Amino acid sequence: MLVTKRIVLRFPQRLVERPIIYRLVKDYDLEFNILKASITPEQEGLLVLELKGDQKEYDKGIDFLVKGGVRIQSLSQDVTRNEERCTSCGACITVCPAGAFEVDPETREVLFNNEKCIACGLCIPACPPRAMEVHF
Amino acid sequence: MSKTIAEINEKIKEGEAVVYTAEEIIDVIKDRGISRAAQEVDVVTTGTFGIMCSSAAYFNVGHTRPRMKIGGGRAYLNDVPAYTGVAAVDIILGANALPDDDPRNRIHPGEFNYGGGHVIEELVAGKDIRLSVSAYGTDCYPRKRLDSWINIKDINQATLFNIRNAYQNYNVAVNPSDKIIYTYMGMLKPQLGNANYSSAGQLSPLFNDPYYKTIGIGTRIFLGGGTGYVAWYGTQHNPGVPRNEKGLPTTGAATIATIGDMKRMSPRWLVGTSVQGYGTSLTVGVGVPIPILNEEILGYTAVTDADILAPVIDYSDAFPDNRSDILTHISYAELKSGTINVNGKKVPTASLSSYPRAVEIANILKEWIESGKFLLTEAVEPLPGVDSGVTVKPFNERPIEY
Repeated sequence: MLVTKRIVLRFPQRLVERPIIYRLVKDYDLEFNILKASITPEQEGLLVLELKGDQKEYDKGIDFLVKGGVRIQSLSQDVTRNEERCTSCGACITVCPAGAFEVDPETREVLFNNEKCIACGLCIPACPPRAMEVHF
Repeated sequence: MSKTIAEINEKIKEGEAVVYTAEEIIDVIKDRGISRAAQEVDVVTTGTFGIMCSSAAYFNVGHTRPRMKIGGGRAYLNDVPAYTGVAAVDIILGANALPDDDPRNRIHPGEFNYGGGHVIEELVAGKDIRLSVSAYGTDCYPRKRLDSWINIKDINQATLFNIRNAYQNYNVAVNPSDKIIYTYMGMLKPQLGNANYSSAGQLSPLFNDPYYKTIGIGTRIFLGGGTGYVAWYGTQHNPGVPRNEKGLPTTGAATIATIGDMKRMSPRWLVGTSVQGYGTSLTVGVGVPIPILNEEILGYTAVTDADILAPVIDYSDAFPDNRSDILTHISYAELKSGTINVNGKKVPTASLSSYPRAVEIANILKEWIESGKFLLTEAVEPLPGVDSGVTVKPFNERPIEY
């Protein structure tokens, strides 16, 4: 079964210079799309990836990363909407390049589909009540 | 057959008033017809929840011991400057006010994370706010410095006073240029990449009473989650603009000034707002009840999104240059469909005002009236109408020669 998942990887300093993603491609036949990459002042690496491949190979690939010391989290846990602050105005809808926001045609409520989110962060300053949060 | 506001109020007191929201009334009129519905329905409630920059509040913080004359001095609420030009302990705070050290647009687009609108929201939420004052001192008001927490429950008055709210119709903003722009209508992508609008359309107060037959000075309203009043016609009130065959203005037209006791308001309905690259503001909830005095007044409340046309304006050129060129007109029904057609291009749309919250306001007001908590008022003076001659003039610049 083919799966596509968006994950956030955190590399400790000792792993930053190793070709980890290359191994995912070579050994596990996973397709990757880098959504975001950075190295913090503490030399920790942060990588937001979309990974696509066979479910079994994907699981093995993730296992390889975890055993190697990479911390992994689903992207959806890192980009969240503060429901208290969101007013469902809709200012985010045309700002988001990934189409992660849509309007319920019945209620006009603005829905956030964090599975589609690519963590670009454009919605953060564009949201008038500042309801969108990224926890990197 | 016609009714009076006094008769409707009698029914409200007895818990027998028949109330519908401006959304519900559309089908009621379709089902029952105008004349039967006009007999049966007493009130139609409207609502809108949008960014309203011309919002402000004034406070009387009480006299310190020894006394201090803040008037003519400097006052800050959580580092946001307030206006002190009125008497000893009255201060006025505008939604757009920014801390002196906010970088503004120095790095464009600025974020504008905190300003007057946010102070208003936090005060209403019951949070402590830091008041910092420097004054010049007089014989009768000798104190010169004050740095203290204040809380809305302790100060004498906290009054919301918005000099322009609830615009009757509003622009749809687009950007045909080649560069991204950051406007008060949000971020606009180049080459007509998106179109932003801001009105509750068929639920909006002044679209349901387009000739101001009932909404006037003294009308009691829902304001910021509490009770308020229409204090005056709003600044830039412009009733004489072109209208369509249903009498609905096809550009921005009437506005209202609103006033109410902040101590009875709620942060759900007064939300501090940041507009990227533009500034801070306040998102305000306003709801106006329309007494159904006769068939004509009910007929206006039948307005639907398909009836209302909004002007599409170029915010990269015509707007900043203060030219009134209109690219086209688009109905709110089309705007809400998610895409509109401008110059032959399909343009995705987004709203800056919250329709679900507007529905919620209309329903709260309906519940207040049905339960007898909210009585209607007779306007003491109508808003200036189509033939009043009240209009919006551009600035008459007369450069000073040196």
